[in-house]
Amino acid sequence: MTEAFEILFTASFWVAAIRIASPLIFATMGELICERAGVLNLGIEGIMVAGAFSGWFTVYMGGDLWTGVLVAAMTGALFGLLHGFLTVPLGLSQHVTGIGITLLASSLTYFTYRILLPEVTSPPKIEPFQPFAVPVLSDIPVLGPALFNQTPLTYLAYLTVAAVAFMLYRTPVGVAVRAVGENPSAVEAQGISVTAVRIGAVMAGSALMAIGGAFLTMSAFNSFFFEMINGRGWIAIALVVFGSWRPGKALIGAILFAAFDAYQVRLQQITGGVIPYQIFLMMPFVLSIVALVVVARRATYPKALMIPYQKGER
Amino acid sequence: MWLEPRASTSGAATILWPAGAILATVVFSSVLVMIAGASPLTVFWLVAKGAAGSQFALLETLTRATPLIFTGLAVAVAFRARLWNIGAEAQLYLGAVMTVVLGTGAVTLPSAGLIPLIMLAAMLTGALALLGPAILKTRFGVDEVVTTLLLNFIVLLFVSMLLEGPLKDPTGLGWPQSKRVIAEAQLPRLIKGKRLHFGFVLAIVSAVIVWVIMKKTVLGYEMRAVGHNAEAARFAGIPVNRVIAKTALLSGGLAALAGFSEVAGLKGNLTLDLSPGYGYTGIVVAMLAMLNPLGVIAAAIFVAGIFVGADAMSRSANVPSYIAEVMVATSLLTMVAAIMLMRYRVRWR
Repeated sequence: MTEAFEILFTASFWVAAIRIASPLIFATMGELICERAGVLNLGIEGIMVAGAFSGWFTVYMGGDLWTGVLVAAMTGALFGLLHGFLTVPLGLSQHVTGIGITLLASSLTYFTYRILLPEVTSPPKIEPFQPFAVPVLSDIPVLGPALFNQTPLTYLAYLTVAAVAFMLYRTPVGVAVRAVGENPSAVEAQGISVTAVRIGAVMAGSALMAIGGAFLTMSAFNSFFFEMINGRGWIAIALVVFGSWRPGKALIGAILFAAFDAYQVRLQQITGGVIPYQIFLMMPFVLSIVALVVVARRATYPKALMIPYQKGER
Repeated sequence: MWLEPRASTSGAATILWPAGAILATVVFSSVLVMIAGASPLTVFWLVAKGAAGSQFALLETLTRATPLIFTGLAVAVAFRARLWNIGAEAQLYLGAVMTVVLGTGAVTLPSAGLIPLIMLAAMLTGALALLGPAILKTRFGVDEVVTTLLLNFIVLLFVSMLLEGPLKDPTGLGWPQSKRVIAEAQLPRLIKGKRLHFGFVLAIVSAVIVWVIMKKTVLGYEMRAVGHNAEAARFAGIPVNRVIAKTALLSGGLAALAGFSEVAGLKGNLTLDLSPGYGYTGIVVAMLAMLNPLGVIAAAIFVAGIFVGADAMSRSANVPSYIAEVMVATSLLTMVAAIMLMRYRVRWR
């Protein structure tokens, strides 16, 4: 029992927790931006697959790592443009379109993978991002290595949260994004195009989702596998609700979730096969549902979420 | 640009927009085929031949369409009432689990008793699996999209646990698979020596029954009313939450029948690859059918044909069979757009 408790005080546990949190942070911030603008993006799971592949493949072809991140982001933005076009001016069901984008993005990725690498049996590896220890800060016991001995992409994830929070609450663009998600006709009355703001938000959000996918192939691991996103996109959607559509709260949710995930892996090793391993693998998904139930009652959705905006309607 | 409802949809529009959707899908997949280094005409010809070019191909397409009719119906019913059931995959697997639990010798009855018993039990399992998210939606306001999606992962892990534990076939050489169902629990083949089985007939009958429920019963009327405008339905005295619960039971039960029919009719046992995403493809089928239960039959056969045809094509042409998934996803997006444009006119400024 004490053994199970001591895990919480080891540096390696917290290092793993932050590493697991990083892709979720990108994906959660991406979904948060979309939903704050009033557009549910169920394309997230497929966009993460596309980002994971495109970033990794760019590096595999000789591009440098940051070019890979940029290519992943652009791939994500492209699928975001498609989702935005179909759901905003055309006003199609955001549920159906999102599932369609996920199916399209993942199947296109698998198709492309098979075309570009027809003969491979085990996926080729790249040289991924390496941990970079921030001087002084990384020497703090336990938390130092966890927070400040990570790869540059994890630092980018921290920066993203700060940037998204700043953008949403401190800039005119953020005001417009939040307003189109709450009261679009008021925005239109100001002479700002609801369509443009929403599509822009979905593209930016989708770019972040794709970077979240790329984290897996370019930082956490070093090659691309089918099924490697494995529901992380859906978990990000749950985290947005859990975080009440606020970047700070969503960040805390992602880290708590990742800590739990890292913990169950270690607990699995301690219990040594008495409990079926599937029970442990189920826990993150069960936890997401429980978290949704707990927060659902006091959740304050963006008022125009999932409601297409038509000019002249009120 | 914005959309303006059309006063009436002209006959030409109801044909031209969907035709445009199909054309767009064909053009897009042609580009991909050319990128893969093959000729689109050859590839489409091979897909068509592989889907319907021989008795074998045609029967194979109908066999593949069977689970898709069930999951397509499950989605069509749920979406009609705006219950976003993305969990047909989980309900399918739970139906299959129940089929194996009762059908591998635990209950011994003649076929005439055993098969209906297993069907009912499987439907009940799938129904209850969707009732959970439906109650979370109506009681706690938890979005059912997320809960049903997450349940897909939970159920698949649960099945994996069963197949390595209590349901494991001791003679399976260590593979995670269940025992085979006994002869009395098997659905008969429709043609001796061929794979098409009685599950296809059950699927067609189910589609007709669902059509009758949707068009001719009070429940069907209430489901459409709830889907059209839940607030107005509540105001009109329709018990919205109970209608959603009933919808969930019906939808989950239908999806579970897909699992039942795959195990009892085709595979004979349960493995972790029983369904290559039939639950998700059911969404495409339902949308292509515009949520019409009878249309689901045609849409399921069309989608199954693409999959079966692409499998056959990829064996002879050098194009990955993932082209089928791309075509199906593209046709979903273009078709929902076409349906919207059929009903609304685009205005530019």
